[in-house]
Amino acid sequence: MSNAEPAIQLDHISRHYTMGETSVRAVDDLSLSVPANEFLALLGSSGSGKSTLLNLIAGLDRPTFGAILANGQNIAALSSLDLARYRCNTIGMIFQSFHLLPRMTLEENVELPLRLAEINRADRPARVREALERVRLTHRLGHRPTELSGGEQQRVAIARALVNRPKILLADEPTGNLDSATGESILTLLRGLQRTMGMTIIMVTHERPLAERYADRLAIMGDGKLLSTSAATKEQFQ
Amino acid sequence: MKPRDLTDLALRNLRESILRNALTTLGVAVGVASLVAMISIGVGLQELASKRLSQSGLFDTIVVTAKNNFRGPGGPPRSEANKDAGKPPRVLDEDARHDIEKLPNVIEVYPQVRFFTEVRFNNKPFATVVAGMPDSSKNSGSFDGMVGNFFSSSTANEAILQIEFAKDLSPNNTSSLVGQELVLRYAERQALPAPTENAAPASPGGSPGGGFSVVPRELRLKIVGVVETEPAQGFGGYGNARLLMPLLTASTLRAAQVTDLRDIVRDSNANKTTYASLSVRAKSPSQIDALETSIKAMGFGAFSLLDASKSLRTFFTVFDLLLLIFGSLALAVATLGIVNTLVMAILERRREIGVLKALGAADSDVQQLFFVEAGVMGFFGGIFGVLFGWLIGRALTFGTNVYLKRQSLSSIEVTSVPWWLILFAILFAILVSLVAGLYPASRAAKLNPVDALRYE
Repeated sequence: MSNAEPAIQLDHISRHYTMGETSVRAVDDLSLSVPANEFLALLGSSGSGKSTLLNLIAGLDRPTFGAILANGQNIAALSSLDLARYRCNTIGMIFQSFHLLPRMTLEENVELPLRLAEINRADRPARVREALERVRLTHRLGHRPTELSGGEQQRVAIARALVNRPKILLADEPTGNLDSATGESILTLLRGLQRTMGMTIIMVTHERPLAERYADRLAIMGDGKLLSTSAATKEQFQ
Repeated sequence: MKPRDLTDLALRNLRESILRNALTTLGVAVGVASLVAMISIGVGLQELASKRLSQSGLFDTIVVTAKNNFRGPGGPPRSEANKDAGKPPRVLDEDARHDIEKLPNVIEVYPQVRFFTEVRFNNKPFATVVAGMPDSSKNSGSFDGMVGNFFSSSTANEAILQIEFAKDLSPNNTSSLVGQELVLRYAERQALPAPTENAAPASPGGSPGGGFSVVPRELRLKIVGVVETEPAQGFGGYGNARLLMPLLTASTLRAAQVTDLRDIVRDSNANKTTYASLSVRAKSPSQIDALETSIKAMGFGAFSLLDASKSLRTFFTVFDLLLLIFGSLALAVATLGIVNTLVMAILERRREIGVLKALGAADSDVQQLFFVEAGVMGFFGGIFGVLFGWLIGRALTFGTNVYLKRQSLSSIEVTSVPWWLILFAILFAILVSLVAGLYPASRAAKLNPVDALRYE
């Protein structure tokens, strides 16, 4: 995998915040290359900068310095509108607290990215069904998120992230709100989807054992810096 | 996002907080209703005044007189009169009438036939002024609500009585007069033979007239109606004429009129009909100016009340503007309601905005979403506001008419909601709502998605 063309290339990026008179270096001169189709786990203690790094890669935030190359284009230099298009078409995101819209049914939640991408209305039902089939939730189309368990909600969030067929899936603590068995089933699902759909996954987590089992590579962060990268053992996953 | 998806999402969002959004929309509706009610009163009163004035013939009529040697209504300024001093003034006769009729934008030209005379009813004498009414006066609205009917033909020997005169004839029951007959006694003008050449020397203004004799006549008239208003009481019109008869019938009587004595010394032929004045009706008040100039150029005096009409229009424009300003105050308050509702919605939906942005919504998508929500509230507020405003107008008209009925007066339309007011009110409500949505929409669009996603 390391020989493949990088899906994400982080080149000396920094993200500094000013809080009062103090300058906080959430990400500090970090460089990292993530090859296409890799499952990378970003590990680190709280406040190490992993979520900030994920937001930078997602185009939700801009680096103070440095370049972020996604499929060859520097997203740090994109306009606000182009960045929105990048998030819509290239990136899929899932979150620790799922972030499903409670007022909408599963079907409508999954359809939302298709609306934003201005996909033809006639094509949407098939795309929604296909995404929900991947997470095995087609029988709950008309339900609202509050009627589902945590694991099911995360699966809906995964379907929503996949519906626009992104190249890169970013997961911010996807198992953080789930029990260990459900967490493992979600990661099994992600791993399977990564293989079948040929995606790059970057997952932020602080659960090292799970990362060891499901990711291809681990990147450890501390104080905004990349401390080390290593290949995962994968014994148990096999 | 495509407009349809944007609208879908906006409607869904509005439905979710149905009570709050309905109350905000109601606020807009009340604002629009106050605006519509205010303007409808202005428009209604203007229409009422215009209708009454147009029925009176004040503003679309020019009174044409022969130019006199003395200054009078329509007479030229003294300096101008002096210029024409040498020339005989043009006579206002049938030829002049035809010439004026040929001018552009003239609907009709009719002479004013009115004379003071005696009427006998049940063998009792009554003195009154008699006036001839043209056929066109039937449709002017002056005879609306009369008892009986208008003249059956333009040459019928029929009379319509003004109610005050009818009360003189029959104090207890004026409507019983309809169908009865009265006798009109008048003085017919008969031309005398022209004098021989030796009889009198020629005057500078032309040959002296042959003069006329006055012969008493009688004509039986059937009373066909009693009218409460004073029809065509325009200036120079039939004000105070209390017995009305068809103009053609009145003309053929050749009744001696006040101006006849003047004509004896001015006109060579007493057998030829001349008119004291002619009324010229234009197609619209806007053409009065040009028409008046043309008539003056023909050598006649002309007079109209157009300037008064202009003042009236100016008054109502200012009146409407004031009503618009007062009506808008309620809408301004409603605008604050929209701002408040949308700002609250941003706070509530902060995380949702973050999710939308994370999924690929551009700032403009979020901005438009809030704009559409504001616009939808404005649209429905506008529709309901127009409805409420119309209902308020109906209630005002109803209340006014109940009062008028108690005072034994005929009913009127106090308010009017024309189609342009409906359209204006709805568009204005949408526009005001969009302006109210500017700040919240821009604030929502600028939300930092990372902060918004963290918001609990």
